[in-house]
Amino acid sequence: MGKIVLMQGNEACVEGAIAAGMRFYAGYPITPSTEIAERSALRLPQVGGKFIQMEDEIGSIACAIGASVAGVKAMTATSGPGFSLKQENLGYACLAEIPLVVVDVQRQGPSTGMATSPSQGDVMMARWGTHGDHPMITLSPSSVKECYDLVIRAFNLSEKYRTPVIFLMDEIVGHLREGMEITPEDEIEIVNRPTVLYPDPKRKPYQMKKGQLVPKMAPFGKGQRYNITGLIHDESGFPTNSNAEAEKLLHRLMHKISDNYEDIVQTEEVGMEDAEVAIFCYGGTMRAAMSAMEEARAKGIKCGIFRPVTIWPFPEKELRKAAGKLKKIIVAEHNYGQLLLEVQRVAGSMCEIEFVGKYNGSVITPEEILEKAVNSK
Amino acid sequence: MSRMEIRLAGSGGQGVILASVILAEAAVIAGKYTAQSQSYGPEARGGACKAETLISDAPIGFTKVRHPDFLMALTQKSLDKYGKDVPERCLVLMDDSLTAIPELDPEKTVRYPILKTAAEKVGRIQTANVVAVGCINSLLHLADHESIRKAVLMHVPAGTEEINLKALEAGIELVNKAEHA
Repeated sequence: MGKIVLMQGNEACVEGAIAAGMRFYAGYPITPSTEIAERSALRLPQVGGKFIQMEDEIGSIACAIGASVAGVKAMTATSGPGFSLKQENLGYACLAEIPLVVVDVQRQGPSTGMATSPSQGDVMMARWGTHGDHPMITLSPSSVKECYDLVIRAFNLSEKYRTPVIFLMDEIVGHLREGMEITPEDEIEIVNRPTVLYPDPKRKPYQMKKGQLVPKMAPFGKGQRYNITGLIHDESGFPTNSNAEAEKLLHRLMHKISDNYEDIVQTEEVGMEDAEVAIFCYGGTMRAAMSAMEEARAKGIKCGIFRPVTIWPFPEKELRKAAGKLKKIIVAEHNYGQLLLEVQRVAGSMCEIEFVGKYNGSVITPEEILEKAVNSK
Repeated sequence: MSRMEIRLAGSGGQGVILASVILAEAAVIAGKYTAQSQSYGPEARGGACKAETLISDAPIGFTKVRHPDFLMALTQKSLDKYGKDVPERCLVLMDDSLTAIPELDPEKTVRYPILKTAAEKVGRIQTANVVAVGCINSLLHLADHESIRKAVLMHVPAGTEEINLKALEAGIELVNKAEHA
């Protein structure tokens, strides 16, 4: 077993990112994500990386995109108000296929809301915040240890699929300190984007051979010259108004994620073998669910937990399979009912669905979940 | 001890979060599971501040205090707020400059001059949180002497090690002296 260290969720996110190969961070500090910027500022110079505090949220994501284009694994972090501002460039990274990890440590909103209070109100924004149809991968950790391990996966998926990945934290895990075992280096899997290092005048920058998942990427300054744009482009990287090219590109972007659902989607099921009631939760809410489940079981209620680790794409296959054996799903989330809509869509016709939502800046307690579980007997 | 829920409350700037982090560190050194969190307002100084440390022999689900085993209050406001509905078994540590509230069980309440000791004996009011750590560890026996010293040194700012160790010892002495009196 590795050494156990006391670490905060935000700090673990930075350490995991560095283990994944992050060597560039651009950010604009915002509560409750500030410790991510602070630790990146401290740690990146120690590993030969660069940290820059930018003039604002928009500049921060633009800067991280630029670093990634140059071939460096890059991250930026923010909270709700900043996440709103980053949406335009997030779409740019989706369309231009630029690997990037964007961390959102959610706080109560809307607008500047309550800066130091927890929320999970950005779940739908993570999926649909930027305009236009676009692919999106979003992962959500529920412990300090998972902040470390899962951000590595966020980088790997981002590199593999050449797409931005949202690492959706919340104030509960971001500001939580726990003892955590540092994952030994030789147990960490690292994925790097496919690259082209030698210029080939005949190669088009977005061209793909059969069987290739994404176009190989030429790091700016090292390989060929090419154009990157947020306009619909063809294989040459230059803009086009061709409807056929637009359809082809959009289709490819959406399918590179949906065709690889099995590779991307992860869920955690606890006590689901014999469960009649399941708590559906994610992120920091998992912790209240764990205690609620334990207390429900002590009362003789067959209670389990279904947790999407990957939130987007939504794990509908796994949820549908689980729901077939359930009498009731209790959706617990810190918002007015966002993933509740997805659960209703997928499982609404299969079992009863109840909702425990908090949006006032306080934390859902095990008792509040337990009450819904008890009343189902 | 299978599970201990510790709540520290005071005013922003008094260092109650750092005190609760040091207790969590001591728990990690002692090989326990721990979860430490805090709640505070947007202001850096003066607002109400609450910090919580859970220590357990088993993995921790819910990370917030539900049934405190221990409460420390360094301001009257925080004592009034959190002292009024503590469970019967909860031990309450209050700074002796505060006025006890009727809801507190005198048998389960201890008062020590934490703020005064930091200001006068240690010579720096900013060390009140580490004086408090010394008191708390002596009251709850969370970690041995060496471990709690180590935990303090891991978290105080560089250059303040000596004065903080002095504060820790002063806090320990407050309890020891009282217990032997």
